[in-house]
Amino acid sequence: MADPFPELEDVSPQQQAEGLKTLRLALWGVVVLVVGMGLVAMLAPDRTPPASDQAAYGDLIGGPFSLTAPDGSRVTDQTLKGTPFAIFFGFTRCPDVCPTTLSRMAQLRKQLGKDGDKFRIVFVSVDPGYDSPEDIGRYVELFGTPILGLTGTDREIDAAVKAYRAFYQKVPTKGGDYTIDHTASVYLMDASGRLQSIIAYDESNPSALAKLKRLVG
Amino acid sequence: MIRNWLAAAALGSTIILAACNPAPEADAPAATETAAASSIALTDPWSRETAEGQNAGGAFMTIANTGTAADRLTGGSTPVAGRVEIHTMMMEGDVMKMRQLADGLEVPAGGTVTLKPGSFHVMLMDLKQPLKAGEKVPLTLTFAGAGTLETQLEVRPAGAMPAMDHAAHGKDKPHG
Repeated sequence: MADPFPELEDVSPQQQAEGLKTLRLALWGVVVLVVGMGLVAMLAPDRTPPASDQAAYGDLIGGPFSLTAPDGSRVTDQTLKGTPFAIFFGFTRCPDVCPTTLSRMAQLRKQLGKDGDKFRIVFVSVDPGYDSPEDIGRYVELFGTPILGLTGTDREIDAAVKAYRAFYQKVPTKGGDYTIDHTASVYLMDASGRLQSIIAYDESNPSALAKLKRLVG
Repeated sequence: MIRNWLAAAALGSTIILAACNPAPEADAPAATETAAASSIALTDPWSRETAEGQNAGGAFMTIANTGTAADRLTGGSTPVAGRVEIHTMMMEGDVMKMRQLADGLEVPAGGTVTLKPGSFHVMLMDLKQPLKAGEKVPLTLTFAGAGTLETQLEVRPAGAMPAMDHAAHGKDKPHG
């Protein structure tokens, strides 16, 4: 029976060289494996699901802002705390999405019955060039329900839009005028100012109502 | 593989083209033929109430072309606004984009086009006075073939939806 543990001196130099070569190959194999696993870990999408969508959104959307109300007073994320709110960005020269959305929010509030006054509707005009705070005050009165209309300087609006991870962009039109592309979603913020959910423009009314019920529940 | 990629690229560019140019393009018919054959009828022209200080408002209607040639709505005028433009609206993700239709809006021969929230609309720009719910507002529309048509917009509440399209925000998704 061959000695399973041959002494080194029993091994010929040639066998020694062979052994070292095998060892080196094995070590390289380990290196390739470890690096490969590292790369896979780095490049593969994170498979760990967030604790909940709400938590994931809540940490990203919403934040500090300071804007002007129609009566000239300052409204900030801090002054809104304590009551849930639905916030929407738009402009009064928007003939379509903005009145449709604000009117829809007014209707949904009606459908909530006595819970309808448990949240604020906030409309932020991103067009201070055309919309003064007073203009916005008169505009939101068209919808027959209390809506807090806000705007600010370009810088203040940029900060608010950024805080909500929203988007707006002035687009020049013929004759030196402009229109504005903007996010058409409604952000539902809880009493502490954290995002609870979002109502998309093309979302059905029953789904939107369910989200509002959860907001005021 | 390459064929698939090409097909995807072609599809992608078609979508982009469609988004950039939502008005269906058709060969412009000969002017004489259009003038003779075009027959435009407007149904349920209406607008949304505006507030004092609000610079623009939208107007909506259904345009029927009973003629044998396509026609094109190119613009218009109204005593209540500085200018009248023809716009479309589209959603890209959650972003609303409104664009003027530089070439106007085609109404196909024997077809109808509905201007409504979430889609095409007439923009009344530089409003000289607020549009009050319940009032009627005169509007003159200009068509490439049919010439000018006079109509009256019925001003409805700010969030009004088309009379025949209550589902626009119900089960159906808005058309954008």
